[in-house]
Amino acid sequence: MARHAREVAVVAFAQSDHLRRTDELSEVEMVMPVLHEVLAATGLKAGEIGFTCSGSSDYLAGRAFSFTMTLDGVGAWPPISESHVEMDGAWALYEAWVKIQTGEADTALVYSYGKSSPGSVRDVLTRQLDPYYVAPLWPDAVALAALQAQALIDTGETDEAALAAVGARSRDAAVANPHAQLRGPVPQGDYQVRPLRTGDCPPVGDGVAAVVLAAGDLARRLCERPAWITGIDHRIEAHSLGLRDLTDSPSTRLAAEHAGVFEAPVDTAELHAPFSSQEIVLRKALGLADDVAVNPSGGALAANPMMAAGLIRIGEAAARIHRGASRRAVAHATSGPCLQQNLVAVLEGDAR
Amino acid sequence: MTAASPPEVLRAPLVVEFPFTRSLGPVQSAFLTGLREGTVLGVRTSDGKVMVPPVEYDPVTAEEIRELVEVAATGTVTTWAWNEHPRRQQPLDTPFAWVLVRLDGSDTALLHALDAPGPDAVRTGMRVRVRWAAERTGAITDIACFEPCDDGPADGGPTPHDGAFADSVTGIVAEARLDYVYSPGRAQTAYINALSERRTVGERCPSCHKVYVPPRGACPTCGVATTDRVEVGPAGTVTTYCIVNIKAKNLDIEVPYVYAHIALDGADLALHGRIGGIPYDQVRMGLRVEPVWTEGGRYPDHYRPTGEPDADYDAYKELI
Ligand SMILES: [Zn+2]
Repeated sequence: MARHAREVAVVAFAQSDHLRRTDELSEVEMVMPVLHEVLAATGLKAGEIGFTCSGSSDYLAGRAFSFTMTLDGVGAWPPISESHVEMDGAWALYEAWVKIQTGEADTALVYSYGKSSPGSVRDVLTRQLDPYYVAPLWPDAVALAALQAQALIDTGETDEAALAAVGARSRDAAVANPHAQLRGPVPQGDYQVRPLRTGDCPPVGDGVAAVVLAAGDLARRLCERPAWITGIDHRIEAHSLGLRDLTDSPSTRLAAEHAGVFEAPVDTAELHAPFSSQEIVLRKALGLADDVAVNPSGGALAANPMMAAGLIRIGEAAARIHRGASRRAVAHATSGPCLQQNLVAVLEGDAR
Repeated sequence: MTAASPPEVLRAPLVVEFPFTRSLGPVQSAFLTGLREGTVLGVRTSDGKVMVPPVEYDPVTAEEIRELVEVAATGTVTTWAWNEHPRRQQPLDTPFAWVLVRLDGSDTALLHALDAPGPDAVRTGMRVRVRWAAERTGAITDIACFEPCDDGPADGGPTPHDGAFADSVTGIVAEARLDYVYSPGRAQTAYINALSERRTVGERCPSCHKVYVPPRGACPTCGVATTDRVEVGPAGTVTTYCIVNIKAKNLDIEVPYVYAHIALDGADLALHGRIGGIPYDQVRMGLRVEPVWTEGGRYPDHYRPTGEPDADYDAYKELI
């Protein structure tokens, strides 16, 4: 662990049930039970947390500064040390990890949430595209993922049957995940945007995730088997899709190198691949061996709450270490069209 | 005090529209003006590659790049996806293919739509050409779409272009509209419903016992749900105020007027409202006020003095 100034671990993880709609709940009403659950797992009180960081998106909510509403749920008065990213919570976790590395905090609460149900997430996501050349055409997230899938099929790296198998395996794994939105056999369905069928696409839903980070011996006191973050890194690729090789993810590979993924084998991979084709790309970028358990939680094809699905990957990988089901895991989060931005973390449990 | 009733939340359409006005740099300006004139321009990167659409900084070295070239309006599909169900605002309203097209003379691909009779008529590697929009303004939509063509790759490479046009486009207006159905959740639904009955309800924190008005469902001090509903007011105390001298658009209120924080009796948080029925320069901290409802109004139009003696400072100093 000489790689970083301080040992930092995920010591607790909680998530909501991910549902198609949660009309009866405001964001703070949706977030609060998960915050209480994750704090209860550590025995920490809200006021004892050194740093709080959240991830969410105003475009999903349709309101400016929407994240301030959920701050009520963390007990933000008297003032706390707090920050927010307009990104998946995995990037909020990165910020919190940096905060702990600097010595400014010993613990951090990281949470993220997304309610996709009030709007049309396919339209909303077009607003993150190049505003000059791309956004005026309104290509939705499924369309862009479909371009990537076709490029992969053209190279012979996959075909529609192999893509269907990714979706089926994910939803089958999700049977054991009580929080997942889609579980068990899901019809492959019609083409949404060919070559992607319904079964290749993530469910649209609302959900919340939260983790607690802690440093060194404090982590050992708060958690029987802490999930040490031994490496974490994130990288970005060019904005223009026509400039990128959509069949590869060099940013994931580079982040993985810097996070130390390739220094030793991993037994678990939680990959944020909202589309079946993206799992093919990520497996290649991370060089995963066949015996690695990929998305034993069901992954984003079983539940994809926007802004939380990446943090959930880190949480699920950590939870597997907490319960002794994994020794060394890789967790991945993505943001932007066709895997534009990628974060990779290595989590390890103490040998026993 | 009553327990919260089962959720029966309000919901209403919420339309967010934003016409962003964006300025263009020299390269984007040349590209979009070129489209208006039926000319496709690219930019040469530091290592000699041609990018279409062009950007102003080299994606590898981050160097500023300005060397414009003209490329062909024909090209090759590098990947595609068949869109059976076009969505509002997309380039075509009949089924079409999304395509990345590498125009002849370019080393990168441009995203756009391809008008084709069906998915069987589309393949990677097929030849296509630009179909220009009938009316062109200097926007990516000046390319109406691509269409299949039989021409082979154009002869010769990209040709230098000075990027100069008469009457260059220097900006675009990026229109966006997103449709939502907004629901304020349990706590705020109860508050809004009570207002329509001319009652003001807050919620009490089970931990610190503070009463929040309007309630948002959580106590920001304790971070727990506020579930006990409490009726407050109707009268309250002005805790602080300001005098507004600027007339807001579409607001039929004479300036100057007073906007105040008002702590309703029984509430531990001040809400805000306009003060009427008293000259603006006679409003003061401690003034006792009550809500005034207009016919059919779903919330108080303003607050007016009750005529009671002013509240003692100590009675409201914690609520300022
Ligand atoms: Zn409280």
